[in-house]
Amino acid sequence: MTQSRWLPYALIAPAMVFLGIFFIVPLVQTIMLSFQGGSGFGLENYSKMVGDLNFGLAIKNTFLLVLTVIPLQVGLALAMGMMLQKMTAGRDVVLWIWTIPLGVSDLAAGLVWLALLQNTGYINSMLFAMGLIEGPTPWLNSETPVTLFVAVVLAEVWRATAIVLVILVGGLQLIPKEFGEAAEIFGAKPWTRFTRITLPLLKPSLQSALILRTVLAFEVFAVVYALGGRNFPVLVGEAYVWQRENQNYGVAAAYAVLVMIISLAATIFWLRALRTKPEAQA
Amino acid sequence: MAGIVIDRIAKSFGAVSALKEVSLEIADGEFVALLGPSGCGKTTLLRIMAGLETRSSGRVLIGGRDVSDLKPYERGLAMVFQNYAVFPHMTVYDNVGFGLTMQKKPKDVIDRQVKKAAALLHIEPYLERYPAKLSGGQRQRVAVARALAVEPAVLLMDEPLSNLDALLRLEMRAELKSVLREAGTTTVYVTHDQTEAMGLADRIAVMHGGKIVQIAPPTEVYSRPASMFVGGFVGSPPMNFIPVEARAGSVALGGQTLAAPRASGALTLGFRGEDVTLAPPGEAMPFTVRVAEPMGSHLLLTGRIGDAVVRVVAPPASIVKAGETVGLRLDPDRIVFMDAATGAATDLAA
Repeated sequence: MTQSRWLPYALIAPAMVFLGIFFIVPLVQTIMLSFQGGSGFGLENYSKMVGDLNFGLAIKNTFLLVLTVIPLQVGLALAMGMMLQKMTAGRDVVLWIWTIPLGVSDLAAGLVWLALLQNTGYINSMLFAMGLIEGPTPWLNSETPVTLFVAVVLAEVWRATAIVLVILVGGLQLIPKEFGEAAEIFGAKPWTRFTRITLPLLKPSLQSALILRTVLAFEVFAVVYALGGRNFPVLVGEAYVWQRENQNYGVAAAYAVLVMIISLAATIFWLRALRTKPEAQA
Repeated sequence: MAGIVIDRIAKSFGAVSALKEVSLEIADGEFVALLGPSGCGKTTLLRIMAGLETRSSGRVLIGGRDVSDLKPYERGLAMVFQNYAVFPHMTVYDNVGFGLTMQKKPKDVIDRQVKKAAALLHIEPYLERYPAKLSGGQRQRVAVARALAVEPAVLLMDEPLSNLDALLRLEMRAELKSVLREAGTTTVYVTHDQTEAMGLADRIAVMHGGKIVQIAPPTEVYSRPASMFVGGFVGSPPMNFIPVEARAGSVALGGQTLAAPRASGALTLGFRGEDVTLAPPGEAMPFTVRVAEPMGSHLLLTGRIGDAVVRVVAPPASIVKAGETVGLRLDPDRIVFMDAATGAATDLAA
């Protein structure tokens, strides 16, 4: 009995130490760093960050991207998940193929889309061969912000819809098929069954998927950097620039703290918005 | 209210034939139980009636209308599922009113019907609660109320009591019977529990291997089984079968001479454990008792007649010990003869 009292703590200790060294300590250091400026402890880094020309643009771009990509990904993943539920033969193969992008790193995904979309890329070559364009047409520079934005959205949707899909498929499989059948017997048509039965019962999975995807979407960087460089400033991209090019770790840390606060806020938002009342749980 | 006609319904899953041209007619307001062991096709047949499963061939008529190709909700029926399938994210009130809401009935009609169904199933105190707060029995009441609230022409029930504990099952069984009698709904009830089928149904359709092997009122299924399978499946203890030999139109058994359906040849004699009287060993068929179990209401004796295992229900006060040999006298009006080769009942008159 005496053994069982300390054993659980001993077993989670390595994980706690790991988290402490590689997560909590850097986090605290980053927060400290963000408040340390040339004139001592204060908000100097934050005022520098907010005063920067690209700051407003980075905020706008990041939110625009999140607000476009997340609904697209959830909508697509829901549709794909429902299709998988209807399939009998070959279901696993389709799911496997759909989740291949999960194994591709975000920078690699950005480079794939760069190869397609750059001036001498595959898409331009194809359009030229078909006689639809006169010569190399730029899609990704600062003069074409709309196509650049669309390209980033496309690449992000291609790259990260699968994680939403995997979570939602897991959730869909947990819903007993009798609920749908009962609804069908009592007169619910397919769309009504989806909105009145499937979606409410899928809420816990939707919540997990949305929290995960939103937090990661606010950290979007590599895809944007590969496709547009600084033509499309985003928050984490700005942190990178301040760290690398400006060698100003304080402002970079301020950006990091800002992204963290936004992520936390997004998490709390989803936790509240998609709360399942304890008594209404399955 | 409507009768049901099942017209040569067949279903195969790939090479496996689950239903072999099953036909069945159910009268308006009748309560029919589909009884059989797992894998006999009873649930498949029910799901085909509901429209949840496709059929390979045949027709389903409800109230004279061919509903074979209609969607489940166009067939005018309601269903109660084994695991209740009560929606966890809706209150009891919304669950019971779900069918009516889907039919876009006015609020006051829904309210009236929900309260009526809730009163019938005694769930009025829980209307504002969520199903997670209810016991299994209460959830099943909600499922039945949801089905009755739409006042269906036909009610289909798929093993509705099998998830409940024994005592609750007994209670719900009696209650279901009175509620459904009052509602007068045509009911098809799938079960593997023969006591449920016996207690509830006007007629029992015994299914085996994708076919209906007997359809008859409970007492007839019990005392006049159409085959050795039915006799062995229905009743607890199951019917006893012993091989006998007919000579000159009768069968001689330890001092008893019983009229046989055939002049000569091998037959199987079937009798229920309670249709015998104990007699001194010299005067009747000798029965060697292996185990005697006092069940309170009766004494259950298990032993052998020749090579056949036989179970006999003796009066509770009988004094019989394991290892003893006693005589058994059969009630000639309550015995059945089966063909020894096919296991099918042979008619005495034939």
